[in-house]
Amino acid sequence: MSGEDKYLRSNRLPHILCPGCGHGIVMGAVVRAIEKAGLDQNKTVIVSGIGCSSRLPGYMDFDTLHTTHGRALAFATGIKFAKPELNVIVVTGDGDALAIGGNHFIHSCRRNIDITTIVLNNRIYGMTSGQFSPMTPQGHLATTAPFGNVDRDFDICELSKAAGATYVARSTAYHVAQLTDLVSKAIMNKGFSVVEAVSQCPTYYGRRNKMGSAVDMMNDQKASGVTAAAAAKLTPEQMVGKYVIGELHKAEAPEYTARYHSIVDSLKDKEMK
Amino acid sequence: MLLLQGNEACVEGALAAGLDFYAGYPITPSTEIAELLAAKLPRQGGSFIQMEDEISAMAAVIGASLTGAKTMTATSGPGFSLKQENLGYAMYTETPCVVVNVQRGGPSTGQPTMPSQGDVMQARWGTHGDHPVIALSPSSVEETFWLTIRAMNLSEKYRTPVILLMDEVVGHMRERIEIPQDIGEVINRKKPTGDPKDYLPFKPDADLVPPMASFGEGYRFHVTGLTHDESGFPSGSNKITGELIQRLHDKIDRNYADIVQVETEHMEDAEIAVVAYGSTARSASRAVKQAREQGIKAGLFRPITIWPFPAQELKSCLAGLKHVVVAEMNLGQLILEVERQVAGAVSVGGIMRADGELITPAQILAYLQEVK
Ligand SMILES: Cc1ncc(C[n+]2csc(CCOP(=O)(O)OP(=O)(O)O)c2C)c(N)n1
Repeated sequence: MSGEDKYLRSNRLPHILCPGCGHGIVMGAVVRAIEKAGLDQNKTVIVSGIGCSSRLPGYMDFDTLHTTHGRALAFATGIKFAKPELNVIVVTGDGDALAIGGNHFIHSCRRNIDITTIVLNNRIYGMTSGQFSPMTPQGHLATTAPFGNVDRDFDICELSKAAGATYVARSTAYHVAQLTDLVSKAIMNKGFSVVEAVSQCPTYYGRRNKMGSAVDMMNDQKASGVTAAAAAKLTPEQMVGKYVIGELHKAEAPEYTARYHSIVDSLKDKEMK
Repeated sequence: MLLLQGNEACVEGALAAGLDFYAGYPITPSTEIAELLAAKLPRQGGSFIQMEDEISAMAAVIGASLTGAKTMTATSGPGFSLKQENLGYAMYTETPCVVVNVQRGGPSTGQPTMPSQGDVMQARWGTHGDHPVIALSPSSVEETFWLTIRAMNLSEKYRTPVILLMDEVVGHMRERIEIPQDIGEVINRKKPTGDPKDYLPFKPDADLVPPMASFGEGYRFHVTGLTHDESGFPSGSNKITGELIQRLHDKIDRNYADIVQVETEHMEDAEIAVVAYGSTARSASRAVKQAREQGIKAGLFRPITIWPFPAQELKSCLAGLKHVVVAEMNLGQLILEVERQVAGAVSVGGIMRADGELITPAQILAYLQEVK
C-alpha cells in the first residue's frame, strides 16, 4: 500500500477543503514523509488547532487530536512529555500557529521538545473566510483589511530559528517532492522542528488579491520559492516577494523530554546509593 | 502525624491517588502545589512541567491525560479564567483531569494574598456553552487531602474534569493531619476491551461513560472539541448534538448520589440553617455551637460537593426550618442556588463580605441572635 492509502481514513473523504486549496497537497506530503521516516502508525499522534489546515488530522489514520484555536502545541507538549515514545506531529495554520498560538509556538521552539510542526501558510484566515493573518503581506487585501493590510508579516523560519527550534525548513505545495523530503527530515530531528509549507487559498486570499486561479498561485510558488544558492545571486530588490526554500537551519541542542528524564534517572541513582 | 498546609495536603492527596503528570503556571495562593510537585514528581518518575501560561498548562494536562496519565493543574482566579477555554474542551471530549483553584480576592488581579469565595459561579459557568460540572470544596487540611483523592477518582470514573475549589485560608493554613497507608479505593478509567478496529471512543456503556483508550495503544481514534458522534468525528446533526449534550448532563445527574456529599451539624431539630462551605464553614460551625449554648436552634448545612449543588439534601432539611442563611466570602453567589432550591419555602438571608477578611463566628452568631 502506498502512503496515501495506508495513512488516510478513506471513509472520511471527501474532505471539506475548497477546490484548488493547497492544504490537501501538503497533507499528502506529510503522510508520505511519515512513511519515508518509517514511523509506527500506532505510535504516532497528529495534533492540530482550529482552521482549515487543522481539519487535516481528521483524514489521517493515526491517533488524532483536533484541539482549540492556537493551542495545538500546548496539547502536543502534554502528549510528548507524558509519553515520550510517541511521535508527535502538529499540523497548524499561519493564524493558528502565529497569532493566537504565537506564545505557545515560541516556547515550544525554546524548549526544543521533540515535536514536528508543519505550518500551512496560506497567508490568510481561511476557515473564517478571509481575514488577514500575521502572514498576510503589508498592503494585501483581506475582509478585515479592506484598504490594504496595515500590519507587517512575520518570517516564520527566522522566528523559529531565533526562538530555538533545531530544524527549520520551508517549501511549498508546488515543490511537493521537496516538501515531503523536508518533512521527513524534520521528523527525524530529535528536537523541535518547523516546516513552513506555503499553501494557496484561491477562494479567500487569491481571488480578493487578483492572484488568479489555483494553478496561477502554484506557478507563483514555483517562481517565488528560490533555493539558497539562487537567492545568493539575487540583489535585495530582486528578492522582494521571493522566499528561500529548502533546509534553512539545523542545530544540536538537548531535547526537553530527554533532559527531564536524565534528571529522573539521576534521582533514581541517588536514591539507590 | 504531620503539620501540613492545605496546599501540601492537596499534593499528598494527588500523589496518593496516582498523579502522573502536572502542568501549571505559578500564581498565589496556589504556588506551593507546583513547587512541591516539581520536587516530588520526578523522584517517582512522574512528569512536572511549568508551561508558558495557564491556557497551555490546561492544554498540556488534557494531552497527557489522553496518553493515559492521571493529571492535575492548580491555579487561582486570573489563571482560572485562562483555563476556562480548555476546561470546556476537557468536559466535551470527556478527558479526566483535576483543576485546583485556590480562590483569592478578585476581580482581576484583585487581592492575591487574601481569601475569597468569589469563583463559585465561575466554577459552575466559567466555560461557554451548556455543560455539567463537578466541584468540591474542602474546609480543612485533612479534608483537602481526601477531596483531592476524591476529585481524581471522580474524574477517572466519570471521564470529566473535576474542580477542587479551595480558598486561600484552607490552602495556606496549617493543621495536623494523619496520612494513612491505605487510602481506600483508587479509581482508574475504564478501558475498552474489544478489537481496536471496532472501537467507538464516544459510545457510552449503560452508565453513560464511554471506555477510554489511550493514544499509542493502536486504537487510532480521533478527538475533537467540535460536536461529535460516537465515532469521535464531527457531526452536523441536530439530533446528535442534542443527544451528546444531554448525555453529558445525564452522566453527572444520574450519579448524583455518588457525587454529592454534604455534612450537617445539629440540623435534626434546627430552626435556622447556616449554609456555608470551605473555610467559612469553620466559622459557621463555631457560631452554631455558640448559638446552641444560648438556646438558639441553629444548624450547619455544609456542601462538600458544591456542584452539582446538594439540592435533595437541602430540601430534605427544610421541614422544621424558619430561616436559611448563607455565609460566603463574596457578595452572593451560592445563595442564588440556595434561593432557587428553597423556592420560597422558607426565608433566605445572606452573610456576605468581599473585603478579603474572613467571616467570623461572631458575625454569624450576631446574625443568628437577631433572626432567632
Ligand atoms: C478562540 C477562537 N477565536 C477565534 C476562532 C475563529 N477561527 C477559527 S479558524 C480561524 C483562523 C484560522 O486561520 P489559519 O490558522 O491561518 O488556518 P486556515 O483556516 O487558513 O488553514 C479563526 C480566527 C476560534 N475558533 N477560536
